[in-house]
Amino acid sequence: MKPAPFEYHSPATVAEALALLREHGDDAKPLAGGQSLVPMLALRLTRFAHLVDLNGVGALAGVELQPERLHIGSTTRQRVLERDATVAAAVPLLARAAPHIGHFQIRNRGTVGGSLAHADPASELPAVAVALDAELVVGERTVAARDFFTGTWTTTLADDELLTAAVFPVWSGDVRAAVHEVARRNGDFALAGAAIQVSVDDGRVARAAIALFGLDSTPVRALDAEAALVAGESLAAVAALAVRDVEPNDDIHATGAQRRRIGAAVVERALQEVCGG
Amino acid sequence: MADHDVALTVNGEPRRGRAEARTTLADFLRDELGLTGTHLACEHGVCGSCTVLFDGDAVRACLLFAVQAAGHEVVTIEGIAPAPGGPDRGALDPGAPDRGALGPVQQAFMECHGLQCGFCTPGFVVSVSAFLDECSDPTDAQILDGLSGNLCRCTGYQGIVAAVRRAVELRSGALPAAEPSESRP
Repeated sequence: MKPAPFEYHSPATVAEALALLREHGDDAKPLAGGQSLVPMLALRLTRFAHLVDLNGVGALAGVELQPERLHIGSTTRQRVLERDATVAAAVPLLARAAPHIGHFQIRNRGTVGGSLAHADPASELPAVAVALDAELVVGERTVAARDFFTGTWTTTLADDELLTAAVFPVWSGDVRAAVHEVARRNGDFALAGAAIQVSVDDGRVARAAIALFGLDSTPVRALDAEAALVAGESLAAVAALAVRDVEPNDDIHATGAQRRRIGAAVVERALQEVCGG
Repeated sequence: MADHDVALTVNGEPRRGRAEARTTLADFLRDELGLTGTHLACEHGVCGSCTVLFDGDAVRACLLFAVQAAGHEVVTIEGIAPAPGGPDRGALDPGAPDRGALGPVQQAFMECHGLQCGFCTPGFVVSVSAFLDECSDPTDAQILDGLSGNLCRCTGYQGIVAAVRRAVELRSGALPAAEPSESRP
């Protein structure tokens, strides 16, 4: 299958890109890594009269460690999260999530901002952003990750707005992270997954962030489970709490009840990895 | 819609062609540049048949538009090792094999029955070459993960996994390449 015809634009600056998006409204779509958009174009699930390629906008790519935060430009490749020592030291959960995204050929091209803006409910980076209370930079405004995702493939981004960066908090102390998921095949979309980061002080979990993906139309933050973990409850009890309020739908890949059980299992596995002896 | 003039480097040589905006890099390589070693199967990023190196990194050529490749460097299966009797577009690096010779990954696939119909093989060879460049002594788990982005629908994966293990040996130079089946009927 081939994409429908479109006009290709290659702006060099964010201002030029925004001007093109303003001019063409919902006839235009930003193109970043293209690892989700191009398949949808090829399958004719969607079509746009104009594609605005962000790969020539140099200012959008790159990772910068700032005081107590990690600033990641939106067209930074997912592969950078996997390879960059600064990312692994500053925000371990990002480095742990990256290898689960598609396959290495996908991560070589796919971008951080593209994954966030695409907002697939089964994808890893939106869950990491929600777990860690990342701030998403949309031009002049900054949106908390928990307010950014509104549904399957849907965010608060307007047609004429660009996600320019994601800013993740840098935790101090002994920080550990794990991502566990279950997929039909390696690299497929997860049936359910868990992204967990904790800081450990004197053998106890002092701080916890837990988010689930694949269980609802947006990432699910498990605040009660985080509190229970910090309070020292058993890992099984924390895992049960994490999925207490989710009610996944049945679909061709799994029933809702299966997804819920898998959700609890992956939370427990991730907890064992970060807390286990 | 207007065609675009696309000038890029393919297998070490400057190349130029025309492409509609919607033409994928894979179609451009095949139809405009005549490099038909890059195969297309699913055309939506799942199967890995069209894998090429883009500025050194393995990517799906069906998920890039040709116009996006302007000014970039692409290496196709023809650049991994040139086809016998075909146009000499290989020899990217001084250690690259002569025309008609097999690269270590290709040699390993042949020795270990890593291909049957061969349709997916160019994508596997490019992916495995890139994978081993980064991970020269992989564990079995790393091999399976490294292969997971390419689908084969007839050989089965056992021979392909064995081929990757063999390619590790061949690339390390620890063992000489086996003589190609001289006495087989």
